[in-house]
Amino acid sequence: MDNVALLVQIFFGAALINNFVLHYFVGICPFLGVSRRIDMAFGMGCAVTFVISIAALLSWTFTYYILRPEAPLPAWFWRMAGGDPEVQIDLSVLSYIMYIFVIASSVQFVEMYVRRFFPPLYKSFGVFLPLITTNCAILFACLEIMKNLQDPTQLWGLPEALTLAVGGGVGFTLAIVLMAGIREELELCNIPKPLRGAGITLIVAGIMAMAFMGFTGVDQGIQNILNAMIE
Amino acid sequence: MAAASPTALERFLNGIIPENPVYRQLLGMCPVLAVTGAMKPALTMAAATAFVLICANLLISLIRGLLKPHLRILVFTMTIATFVTIADRFLAAYLYDMSKELGPYVPLIIANCLIISRCEICSSKQSVGVAFADGVGMSLGFALALASIATVREILGSGTWFGLTVLPSFWPTWGIMVLPPGAFLVLGLLLGLVEWIGHRRATST
Repeated sequence: MDNVALLVQIFFGAALINNFVLHYFVGICPFLGVSRRIDMAFGMGCAVTFVISIAALLSWTFTYYILRPEAPLPAWFWRMAGGDPEVQIDLSVLSYIMYIFVIASSVQFVEMYVRRFFPPLYKSFGVFLPLITTNCAILFACLEIMKNLQDPTQLWGLPEALTLAVGGGVGFTLAIVLMAGIREELELCNIPKPLRGAGITLIVAGIMAMAFMGFTGVDQGIQNILNAMIE
Repeated sequence: MAAASPTALERFLNGIIPENPVYRQLLGMCPVLAVTGAMKPALTMAAATAFVLICANLLISLIRGLLKPHLRILVFTMTIATFVTIADRFLAAYLYDMSKELGPYVPLIIANCLIISRCEICSSKQSVGVAFADGVGMSLGFALALASIATVREILGSGTWFGLTVLPSFWPTWGIMVLPPGAFLVLGLLLGLVEWIGHRRATST
């Protein structure tokens, strides 16, 4: 049951308290670029959540089995090749290249798969898919997973990694949809000319970030409720 | 084609003010917002980005004859990722505290759209000299933008500049400026200011 509490904490931490967009500032480009209409913003959010989960799954697998300092696969190859078993293989220097490769290829595969099997879905968010390769939110999720996998006190498993990814995706969707709703209303307002466009969007984002700071402590509260329910 | 593409000097000057990556093109926003709480991390970040941008520009420009159109984005990102790994290892070796403070934002240079857009627009089409000038100009423009935001945030948020106290002690420090919302507010207002100055120049001449 400890495990569930940790998962809940990770989920709400990623979605609300340390929101990817409003706290870590990742994924700002689509946040400013695609937040003009609610339906487009929602499409972008769904596409990001989808890709972030797949990328997290793949990057956790690669990190755990290949890139981590005590990873089993390179050590096995090293012994098969007749290397000294005392030597420890550490491939973590390759992790950035691996992650960007995983992200770029998973975006490509998702695009092909969706186009082949779900044509209506492809029509609705197909245009956003190529943009996602350069979305730092995905790379950020991979890096967080790597950080917590290499930390011996944490040693995240696959459930934690996936929860972080889905939570981050949900948080991104929430932020971008809220922003699109506000921007639709802003169209009707008389904004000083120099601030129109990106300026006012950033100021609104600042106020939203202040509001999201109010979520601090929510994860602890939910954990307390869960613990009370268990007892 | 040759007449239409800008020369090295034009590329260099364009990067600093007329096509400033942050204020004009709105590129590379994550580091702009994330590391500008104080001057030191902002300038370290600008230096790391400059290293990656210039090296990637040079390398892409050298291999531009070999690029296949459908694979070029992948080649760009892999090149950038290699240089980012070098920069990250270097920071971790020689500036360990700074590397801890910047945290995930050094590897996130890989996903900085500024570098990919320069590879796409300039260095995959033009010669090595032009690509180098473009990289230096854009890096200077990026450093200028980061420094301007960090100046406002550090002076108002902690009353210091480069760690030196500049504001008198009776001045209350604005805690919000070093927190995430302050980054958004300062960048939004500075963008408005830059627009306003540009607009006034255009109308007065």
